[in-house]
Amino acid sequence: MIKLLFNYLIFPGFLFSAVIGFLAGWLERKISARIQWRKGPPWYQNFVDFLKLLGKETIVPQGAKLTFLLSPFMGLLSVILVSTILGLSIRLPLESFMGDLIVVLYLLVIPAIALIVGASSSGNPLASIGASREMKLVLAYELPFILSVITAVIKSGGAIQLGLILNHQLSFGSNIISLSGVIAFIVAIICLQAKLGLVPFDVSEAEQEIMAGTLIEYSGLPLAIFKLTKAILLYTIPVLLIVLFLGKDLSPAFLVAKYIGILLVIILIKNTNPRLRIDQTLKFFWGSATILAIVAVILALWGY
Amino acid sequence: MSHKVIIPIGPYHPLQEEPEFFRLYVEGEKVVDIDIVIGYMHRGIEELCEHKHFDQVSFLVERICGICSTSHPFAYVNAMEDLAKIKIPERALYIRTIIAEMERLHSHLLWLGLAGHFIGYNTIWMWAWRYREPILDCFEMITGNRNHYAMMKIGGVRRDIEDGHLSALKKMLDELARAADMFYGAVMDDPVIKARLKGIGVLTKEQAIEWSVVGPTARASGVNIDVRKDDPYGAYDKVSWNVIVEKDGDVFAKTRVRILELYESIRIIRQCIEKMPKGEIDADIKEIPAGEGIGHVEAPRGECFHYVKSDGTNRPLRHKIRAPSYMNVASNKVAAVGGTISDAAITLAAVDPCYCCTERVAVIQKDTDKKIMNGWDLIRLSQEKTERLRRGLGF
Repeated sequence: MIKLLFNYLIFPGFLFSAVIGFLAGWLERKISARIQWRKGPPWYQNFVDFLKLLGKETIVPQGAKLTFLLSPFMGLLSVILVSTILGLSIRLPLESFMGDLIVVLYLLVIPAIALIVGASSSGNPLASIGASREMKLVLAYELPFILSVITAVIKSGGAIQLGLILNHQLSFGSNIISLSGVIAFIVAIICLQAKLGLVPFDVSEAEQEIMAGTLIEYSGLPLAIFKLTKAILLYTIPVLLIVLFLGKDLSPAFLVAKYIGILLVIILIKNTNPRLRIDQTLKFFWGSATILAIVAVILALWGY
Repeated sequence: MSHKVIIPIGPYHPLQEEPEFFRLYVEGEKVVDIDIVIGYMHRGIEELCEHKHFDQVSFLVERICGICSTSHPFAYVNAMEDLAKIKIPERALYIRTIIAEMERLHSHLLWLGLAGHFIGYNTIWMWAWRYREPILDCFEMITGNRNHYAMMKIGGVRRDIEDGHLSALKKMLDELARAADMFYGAVMDDPVIKARLKGIGVLTKEQAIEWSVVGPTARASGVNIDVRKDDPYGAYDKVSWNVIVEKDGDVFAKTRVRILELYESIRIIRQCIEKMPKGEIDADIKEIPAGEGIGHVEAPRGECFHYVKSDGTNRPLRHKIRAPSYMNVASNKVAAVGGTISDAAITLAAVDPCYCCTERVAVIQKDTDKKIMNGWDLIRLSQEKTERLRRGLGF
């Protein structure tokens, strides 16, 4: 029991993933700043931002108390669980349980749902537009994302268990070293951008159009929790991709190198694109991204 | 969601840096109607002008806008010189033209950056503003100020441009030309930017004429108007350059017009530097006769118009100003309707609005269309409001 709590709250769960997430967030801000000829913040910036928000007043819109305040925690608890499962299956692949991949996929949708629920309960028209955009976004990217995960599952001999997928890659080489693996990985990276709500898919927060949309009514602690959730997602989803596609050698040094590599790709995409409209986003994910993902699945079935 | 929802943009909104209020009526994501409310920043500049003497007015009108801060004094001195029939020295004309074109350069780069920001492309934003910075440095070098240059004076200019400054200016222009090449490539070839801007916020030629838009907004819709060509002032008739006209009328065309105008401005400044004669910069005017005069210049946003009436004293009897955004902002009523909220954000910004320059106030009695307030009434109103506030706060 104590070991479980330790796993969930400290390592590799809450505390560890939050620290890594904030540091990754700093890296993202710093590199973006350097690309844009700015100086960028110091490394502890995200930590003090979080602390500052904790000290601010929490304003709650009338008539929405419970759902409004609980939804950020719902999102946070589920991403912590994801990071715990992922961290444990990397450290002890044999102790992972059957079907944990499916659990992870479900849990990863919950932060988006929390955002939608929280935004809708606030009753702000801009938040409701943000919520409807977020909903469309989830519908858009989940299909190609799951297809690309299925490709990885097929490549790993049909295992839907993270530990088995890792073990399979250990003996047969990373899933990415094949045509279908490369295609699925590219699709997954693009979906990752949308899952993290970064440019070009940050429609639900679009500051210039709907003033942070889903987050507009949030302040103080709940806002800090949403920011924390985003930070942990920035750690967990790339790690999930590493497990699924780049799982051959996961010694700490390689793991960090692969993680930073994916992070750099994300940052590069973020800084070289304008924001797409929601209809263009939908068209893109259900069109070219899904077709690519289906091609990857078929190629994987054929053994390429 | 089929019922209409009102999405407010403003009065304070991160989209635009000035107070303005667009009430978007939306169904789902689609904008079906729009109300435009401006007037939050009325400062009574015209009235103030009538209480300053002629030399002070050029400083005051410079404060109408922070971006086109030389266009207003330029139009004002044009009006005064029309009124007093003054012939100004050749060199002053060239210096005025150089300053006005440098202003166009920095203003268009500023817009380009903001446009990038509005479509969520912050890298373009930062890069455009980075390349705008050397222009402001040049302004500081030549005039002593980054933004309010105070160069225009009735009968000439206040400061000469030294030869040493000219060579620095040339160097800045060379660097800027390379930056303009880069932006042209980055914006024109990017498929995602095209997807966001092409066919968005279209203002057809007929609509452009109907809504009387001016400047780059009109030129992007295929209307060939430019005060610099149509009624040359300064040294614009002494140098060769082209009016940039695009046909499509969408945001992409507006972007194209502004980027291509960067090249034309660079061309104009280079020719001015070559052709500028030596000599006096000020005609040294002592008296302003009674009469009236008009002056207009092509500000970065379009035609900026000033009318001055003098009764022979040292103050204008009437000073009427029309800033370009006053004409352009209203055209959003046709350009922004029919698109999505995302499109509206960039469409509203595509006319390069500058609200403060534009603000007017007129209180009209509903039934008779009669004006019931003058300046003193407004001052009285404001004093009463202050009194109310004080009483309310228990002072």
